[in-house]
Amino acid sequence: MKHKVATTVNGQQREHEVEPRLLLVHYLRDVVGLTGTHIGCDTSQCGACTVTIDGQAVKSCTMFAVQAEGKSITTIEGMAAKDGTLHPLQQAFWDEHGLQCGFCTPGFIMAASYLLSQNPNPTEDEIRQGLEGNLCRCTGYVNIVKSVQSAAKAMNGSKAKSGEHSAAARRS
Amino acid sequence: MAVTTMIGAKIHRREDPRLVSGEGRYVDDFTRPGCVSLAVVRSPHAHALVKSIDITQAAKAPGVVAVYTHKDFVKVLSGTMPVTPSFVAEKKQSPPRFPIADKEVVYQGEPVAVVLAETKYQASDASNLIEVEYEPLPAVMDLDKALEAKSPTAHKGAPDNLGWDLTYIPEDPAVMKEADVVIKVRILQQRLAPTSMETRGVLAEYSKPDGTLTVWMSSQSPHFVRLFLGGAMGIPENRLRVISPDVGGGFGAKISPYSEDWLVPAAAKLSGRPVKWIETRTESLQTTTHGRGQVFEVEAGAKKDGTLVFIKATQYLDAGAYMGTFAAFQACACLLAGGAYNWKHVAARTVGVLTNKVPTDPYRGAGRPEATHMCERAIDLLAGALKMDPAEIRRKNFITTFPHTNHFGLVFDSGAYEKALDMAMEIAGYEKLRKEQEEGRKKGKYLGIGLSSWIEICGFGPSAATAPATGGIALVESAQVRVFPTGSVAVYVGTHSHGQGHDTTFPQIVADTLGVPYDSIELRHGDTAEGPAFGYGTYGSRSLAVGGMAVHKASKKIVDKARKLAAHMFEAAEEDIAFDQGQFYVKGSPDKRKAFGEVAFASYGAGLPEGMEQGLEAVAYYDPSNFVWPFGTHIAVVEVDAETGHVDLKRYIAVDDCGNIINPMIVDGQIHGGVAQGISQALYEEVVYDDESGQMRTGTFTDYLLPSANEFPTFELGRTITPSPTNELGVKGIGEAGTIASSIAVINAICDALAPLGIKHVDMPASPDRLWKQIQEASGGSSNGKEARK
Repeated sequence: MKHKVATTVNGQQREHEVEPRLLLVHYLRDVVGLTGTHIGCDTSQCGACTVTIDGQAVKSCTMFAVQAEGKSITTIEGMAAKDGTLHPLQQAFWDEHGLQCGFCTPGFIMAASYLLSQNPNPTEDEIRQGLEGNLCRCTGYVNIVKSVQSAAKAMNGSKAKSGEHSAAARRS
Repeated sequence: MAVTTMIGAKIHRREDPRLVSGEGRYVDDFTRPGCVSLAVVRSPHAHALVKSIDITQAAKAPGVVAVYTHKDFVKVLSGTMPVTPSFVAEKKQSPPRFPIADKEVVYQGEPVAVVLAETKYQASDASNLIEVEYEPLPAVMDLDKALEAKSPTAHKGAPDNLGWDLTYIPEDPAVMKEADVVIKVRILQQRLAPTSMETRGVLAEYSKPDGTLTVWMSSQSPHFVRLFLGGAMGIPENRLRVISPDVGGGFGAKISPYSEDWLVPAAAKLSGRPVKWIETRTESLQTTTHGRGQVFEVEAGAKKDGTLVFIKATQYLDAGAYMGTFAAFQACACLLAGGAYNWKHVAARTVGVLTNKVPTDPYRGAGRPEATHMCERAIDLLAGALKMDPAEIRRKNFITTFPHTNHFGLVFDSGAYEKALDMAMEIAGYEKLRKEQEEGRKKGKYLGIGLSSWIEICGFGPSAATAPATGGIALVESAQVRVFPTGSVAVYVGTHSHGQGHDTTFPQIVADTLGVPYDSIELRHGDTAEGPAFGYGTYGSRSLAVGGMAVHKASKKIVDKARKLAAHMFEAAEEDIAFDQGQFYVKGSPDKRKAFGEVAFASYGAGLPEGMEQGLEAVAYYDPSNFVWPFGTHIAVVEVDAETGHVDLKRYIAVDDCGNIINPMIVDGQIHGGVAQGISQALYEEVVYDDESGQMRTGTFTDYLLPSANEFPTFELGRTITPSPTNELGVKGIGEAGTIASSIAVINAICDALAPLGIKHVDMPASPDRLWKQIQEASGGSSNGKEARK
């Protein structure tokens, strides 16, 4: 009944035996043990479960684990540098108050990372359109859009804000 | 208080690094050794008798540990679930509610059985093998028909469907005759699904040897759950621990204790295994309490010169199949019917109606968006009848002196309504917009400008007002501040943060009050095993004005004791000791100082003043003297495409006043989110049930429309600051403001846009199909504002 599935998750080789019907999101959360990828709707509308597979944004509730065979998956846990430095998108969401309850945030960051890989200088409209597969109930999207704009700037080499990632208070 | 340095500062949230890293910990991220998954078998009928339940096949299915039904749960659960308190008890009918159905189901989604299995896939599989035989009964689905004498009843054998009928103030015909113009309008407040992105979830572990129960759940008020669940399971509060970890949004729908909050712990006790249940989105749309679900009949009158004379409101509230724990709270819409204005007379009546739908309960704003919607709609209709500018009629009738006691005896603490209106009009460029509108109309463009001058009652609340309304529990708030020997500080609060940023803002208050570094303060909440004995939770924009004040009060108790000790250390009189930014010194000798940390260390040592106990910690309960009253003006600018009925929200301006501000970044974020939810009610969201079958038609996000980033403009914010005289911090609340203001700003803008067609009123959601039909009828000259779609 069970199938072998071999993937690379956040740079690490993984091999498991899974039921063919196991959804990729359940594989990541329950088998691999990475709970940063969330489930918000079960019908592929909300985007909370977004990860990237070989660089492309995918809603992991809409794919079986066995379909990820041989692929390289990046989840929110794989975004920060090894030394803990936040990815510019993570930093920007923090700087711009792009999250409140935080439940949709990993999905937004993953979707935005794909968006910026395709379009490094998106306009506000392009960001809004590019993220329309993700739902947030807290922010009204205002600061999410700002976060992506700010990350785009940082990633394009203009002087980024400090990469501070301690719990220390920061003012602006 | 020490000189303010942290209060009012834009401090970035300390909870964010873990949340952006995937290290947030929500209920579904926890498990326990040996944990099983629970799936709920639910009624597919809105109303039916349960004739039999056959579990034979399910019990034999792979991985199944147990199947439980009503007869099992009565062994470990006693009493009924908390239903609405009695404050609207003119005629009260509140059906008792047990967490799982026995012989009768009264809404689609009501639990009838649960399955425990080793994996969630197995639990789900087995739940489909349970055979329940139902005898369908007529379902009560329509609010109007429910009150007809020949209507079937939502519960078999009930006398009727009337939950309550309370007239707060009867109409005064003599005063009503003084009006030169009178308008009437019927306003629909559609049912909404609160829809936090994280659904509900419960994980429970029962230790038989210890008789202890630990419950992890997604809750806005873990102490409430402990109180009621302990009662139901016969477990004293000292053996029952409720942990509400990171919570992915609440919006009012995670206050009430729910069926599963009882069934999961009970199943853990029955089975001897830890049990986890995570709500699916369909379960959430079907069984998590809904918001709104009301109809208002409104009549209002004014003098020829625009002076307001009266407003009369009747609220019909679709309570659903059971009274939600706080359902009657939404009757507060009646108490705010007069809004921000002086009226000679306000009359109000509320009617609660039982139907075969999931119960309604508070959803962001709860009663106050409804009040603002009806009052601001009435104001615009009066302005239209008088051919006055909507801004002008507001300005002419604003309440201007404070404190102001309204017709229902509520005391507005402070306000400057005209100032907020002026600022909103300035940001919007109001005059220019009106000109643009006039020009556009000549070219067949339907541009509309909608105003909403809102007020809010929040900060629940003073014990004298809330305890009688809640059956004895005053909605005060608690905090414990603990200073450790080496000076670090832990603060425990009874509120719960699920996006509001308390981890950041409450330490800002403590930092200023104690004069210690912000980084030395840690906030803890959401675990009933820590901190004060009881906390009241987060809802109704109360956390800062009540909980923040409890934190402030406890911190001041700490300073008081530290000052006594410092005086002893200086060998000076207590009244001669000054405390400034974390430093004690004798007045007149500021060179010789003792830091707060030195005094804290000394408090755990020897040589204390006579009678002083060691240690430096304090508990405070804060009972406010009044509610607090935020306000503001919002302006929406829309363009309606008359060909398609599509509404383009072009701009949205929000000027809000919530008194003094602890962290402006967080305040703005709360406004953004609130505004989006109100706009979403105005344009998109609606829970739809089939009138005949009682089936929900909006059971997934495919059918229940939530807007994405692509549906909104960037909101333009402005702020005035009118401190609250109610509390020492001068703060009000901001969690609900945006939602309270925004639905009617958008609807007023749409009505304004369509005024040339003779359309006077538009109901929500103003979807393209509804507007298109209304525009078609109006163009044919037949409807004149009649509702096009039921």
